[in-house]
Amino acid sequence: MMGDIWMTLLGVLVTTLLAFVTGMFYMGASRKITARVQNRVGPPIYQNFLDLIKLQAKDTAIHHGWMQLLGPAFLMVSAVGSLMFIPVLNKGLFFENFTADGDIIFLLYLMVFGSLGMALGAGQTGNPNSAIGVTRGLTQMVGFEIPWVMAIVALILQYHTTNIAEILEAQHRSGVWSMFANPYAFIAALLAAFGMFRYSPFDIVGAPAELASGPVSENGGKFLGTMMSSHAVFAFVKLVLYVDLFMGGADNLVELVIKTFGLYLIPLTYGMVNPRYRTEQAVRYFYGWPTLFGIIAILYAVFY
Amino acid sequence: MNDKNSQKIVDVIKNFARKHSLFVLAYGTGCGAIEIPATMTSRYDAERFGIRGAATPRQADVLLITGYLSTKTLKRVIRTYEQMQDPKYVIGFGSCTINGGMYWDSYNTIKLLDMYLPVDIYINGCMPRPEAVIEGFIGLQKLIAAGKAEGAKKYKENLDWYRANQKKVIKNWVMPDYNW
Ligand code: SF4
Repeated sequence: MMGDIWMTLLGVLVTTLLAFVTGMFYMGASRKITARVQNRVGPPIYQNFLDLIKLQAKDTAIHHGWMQLLGPAFLMVSAVGSLMFIPVLNKGLFFENFTADGDIIFLLYLMVFGSLGMALGAGQTGNPNSAIGVTRGLTQMVGFEIPWVMAIVALILQYHTTNIAEILEAQHRSGVWSMFANPYAFIAALLAAFGMFRYSPFDIVGAPAELASGPVSENGGKFLGTMMSSHAVFAFVKLVLYVDLFMGGADNLVELVIKTFGLYLIPLTYGMVNPRYRTEQAVRYFYGWPTLFGIIAILYAVFY
Repeated sequence: MNDKNSQKIVDVIKNFARKHSLFVLAYGTGCGAIEIPATMTSRYDAERFGIRGAATPRQADVLLITGYLSTKTLKRVIRTYEQMQDPKYVIGFGSCTINGGMYWDSYNTIKLLDMYLPVDIYINGCMPRPEAVIEGFIGLQKLIAAGKAEGAKKYKENLDWYRANQKKVIKNWVMPDYNW
């Protein structure tokens, strides 16, 4: 029994570390790739680690109240918490952590928890930019959650389970990734991912040029550092969840990196060639094609 | 390994990270601000040195004063500077921040920025080209790596002197206190 607990703790630690390092490198790679697209040299790929060390080495004498101090912690808790319910590799090759029945539905809640905590924290800073950023973020969330949830419901209907590990199993048994078994669900989820990753044209929350980085604007130093790390972990969480749900998971870490990075490139490259939407344009976008594909996906899952 | 040595190692690592990660708050006061976009974008690409823009003073490390400061702007600049978190640096950009430049006899601008804010490094020129700007940033990086960019400390230690200077030119001093 004691051994189990230590194993679990070790799993939590190793999984979080893996997610953190991979996420940070992906963010670094995204900066590098963006720079190359703009015909620049760009920062080194490990730039984000330097930024993080610097941010953590900064003094932080900002105090607007407890909720503001807790905001970044909420983000971190939500990111690491969601990570614990996602099988990183197939067949329990990696630490399994806490996968259980019904974890998809639980994840749907847990994944928005961080943003909500952050929203409360940003509200307490009293900075008008933060308040506008929060409203924009929540509006956008209402937009992309609809096709995203529809895609997940389609998968649940198709495989008759709410357990991620079982969805993985079913994909292996049939030999077809659900990306092909129900392509409409994949398209809906992918289009929703544009909003989830918040690259342009959906970077309406941060919007440095008009909102002074929105909810983050009063947070410097260690707060910003914590947010950056949680961002890295959360990016990994989302990518692995997509790979698990739609691309049959991964058998080893190399395959995982190839699949997740390929997936990551889609919102990134889409963002490079797009300017920023206005809030209502973003919402209208998600209520258009993505939702339509979501509906088709559910119908397809029910009748096919 | 005594404590002093380990502290030294930590300082070296911290200064290395600080040197290679400068978030810049470009306070576009004068005409020189037009060189900042050129410095940041494709042609001169300051991001390869880890220099990137910050959106708010809370996130920034470097305050870039690009040119002449009218006394009205000076008040906002002081407020901005005091909202920034330690360690923080100030770059005076263009002749106007050094000796008033072509505004040396203006009734409404300050002549020497260092009297009001602790400038770590100046970039001269009217206006400095992006090469000069990057040169100035690299000068700042060298100071940081050597642990000599201590403007913020100077400001804290000589706060009374700075405040007296600031209040001499800013007549209606209504400013909140910061607990920085
Ligand atoms: S130094 Fe020259 S370019 Fe710069 S603000 Fe002064 S007058 Fe303008």
